[in-house]
Amino acid sequence: MPRLRLPRRLVVPGVVFLLTRAGESLVTLWGVVTIVFFSLRLTGDPALLLLPVGATPQQIAALRHALGFDRPLPVQYVDFLERAVRGDFGVSTRFGEPALPLVLARLGATAELAVLAMVVAVVIGGLAGAAAAMRPNTRVELAAMGTALIGQATPVFWLAIMLILVFAATLRWLPSGGIGGWTHLVLPVLTLATYSTASIARLLRASLLEARAEDYARTARAKGLGDRTVLRRHLLKNALIPVVTVLGLQVGLLLGGAVITETVFSWPGEGRLIVQAIQNQDFPIVQAGTCVLAVIIIGVNLLVDLTYMVLDPRIRVPGAAG
Amino acid sequence: MLRAIGRSPAACLGWAVLALFIVLGIAGPLVAPYSPDAQNLAGRLAPPTLGGAGTGVHLLGTDQLGRDILSRLVVGSRITLLVAVVTVATGGTLGCALGVVAGYYGGWTERVIMRVVDIQLAFPFILLALIIIAVLGPSLPNLILVLAITSWVDYARVVRAEVLTIREREFVEAARAIGVRDIRLLPYHILPNVYTAVIVIATLQIAKVVILEASLSFLGLGIQPPTPSWGRMLADGRDFVASAWWLAAFPGLAILFLVLSVNLVGDWLAVYFNPRLRRAG
Repeated sequence: MPRLRLPRRLVVPGVVFLLTRAGESLVTLWGVVTIVFFSLRLTGDPALLLLPVGATPQQIAALRHALGFDRPLPVQYVDFLERAVRGDFGVSTRFGEPALPLVLARLGATAELAVLAMVVAVVIGGLAGAAAAMRPNTRVELAAMGTALIGQATPVFWLAIMLILVFAATLRWLPSGGIGGWTHLVLPVLTLATYSTASIARLLRASLLEARAEDYARTARAKGLGDRTVLRRHLLKNALIPVVTVLGLQVGLLLGGAVITETVFSWPGEGRLIVQAIQNQDFPIVQAGTCVLAVIIIGVNLLVDLTYMVLDPRIRVPGAAG
Repeated sequence: MLRAIGRSPAACLGWAVLALFIVLGIAGPLVAPYSPDAQNLAGRLAPPTLGGAGTGVHLLGTDQLGRDILSRLVVGSRITLLVAVVTVATGGTLGCALGVVAGYYGGWTERVIMRVVDIQLAFPFILLALIIIAVLGPSLPNLILVLAITSWVDYARVVRAEVLTIREREFVEAARAIGVRDIRLLPYHILPNVYTAVIVIATLQIAKVVILEASLSFLGLGIQPPTPSWGRMLADGRDFVASAWWLAAFPGLAILFLVLSVNLVGDWLAVYFNPRLRRAG
């Protein structure tokens, strides 16, 4: 485990770094919100979508006025930003309730999938990667890396359908979708975890092999430490840095993958909610959902940067990580 | 280069499968046993077979309209490869240009460009694509646009990082000293030095784009019928998964093989261009 207490001379630059990164994260978040606002406004008149077909021009004008769509776009944008900061994304046109609570209510189901998938990916991917690195040029390595290559090349939605075909339709061991006991979790989690598992396995192996070739690893072995001890005490800490970076990126991929996984398995999570909202042109939900996902992704990446600082105190100047 | 390929069984396999797909993509309609649109309602959902069972030989079976799946896959490979190549060309050009500018000039230019990169990375791709397609409507040019927009980021990041070190090298200083202007310096002196990195990313991007295109087609937002597309075939097959598994299984396998071969080639290229990795790989 990395030491958690940093020397004082590192703490002050660390705080500066943290504040800079937090500021950058806010700018990023603002960018996401802006893109969502303008791209959705380009689709046409939201008021038309709310009214039944055949509404009179007067009715349309009245609703446009009531919702504020008749104001100039920049005014609407500033108003939207103000409300977004307060967590007010408007009322869902389909459910007739405020959008943000609806979105947050679905967050748990997605988090359940994503966290479990991440755990599976880290454990299995980590073990496979370490095993392959410890036994280069053996069948262990060939099997682990071959599987990982195939795992990285498998389309998520196809894997989902094939798992349903084998385990739900043919063997009838597991349910094909919906929510319920732990059996409902198995197939979606497996589906979602596959790509990340493969990526982590390949990356950890590559960086372990690289670390093994370094002088300090040779020194450690030369003084008589066993392969396992060298791996645990010396190599892992260095090999983990690229893996942690990728974990940050994986969160984005996992949440993106959740969109498809949830659609195929009828899982009542964030991804399915947003896909349905896009299909129904329920823009408040799309805006709230996208912003919530972006907050999570940005937050996780901020955490990743903090983890860096702990794992590798050399990285504390903004931009030095390249 | 050929000899180097021969030394790696994985690279051999990758290049061979990829070459096969490219040949099929070019010669598609000529080698397909049936027309991809020929319907045969009497021979609907015929299972894969080697022998002629009344309706003719369908190696991979037929779909819900009696169309030959093998023929549709073969013809569909052309559109898949076309989308991938065009996307990589447009996204790569954009990403390289922005990456070189960001890395060379630094300062505010760099900060703005890299911030846009971060903004895009905070957006799950599929959501960005869904929103753009929902706004612009599904069509082939829009699909390519969406994929290009989402893929330039990777090039920009890598090219910027490479340029950061290249701009400090002596030949750049020499070029500047004899009065080469930036408009010439960037494309002719700096860019050629990042080509190897770009080729590796471009290869891996092809794999990514193929999967993304299939995902969008799967959600009904990609290539529109009647053009046969692997993702769409898979989506159609989903409804028959319990009764006719071959509808969904084979398009997915086609995607898997193509992506796998491209990834193998990409991995090999990365090692080939960067011998420092060879001892690790």
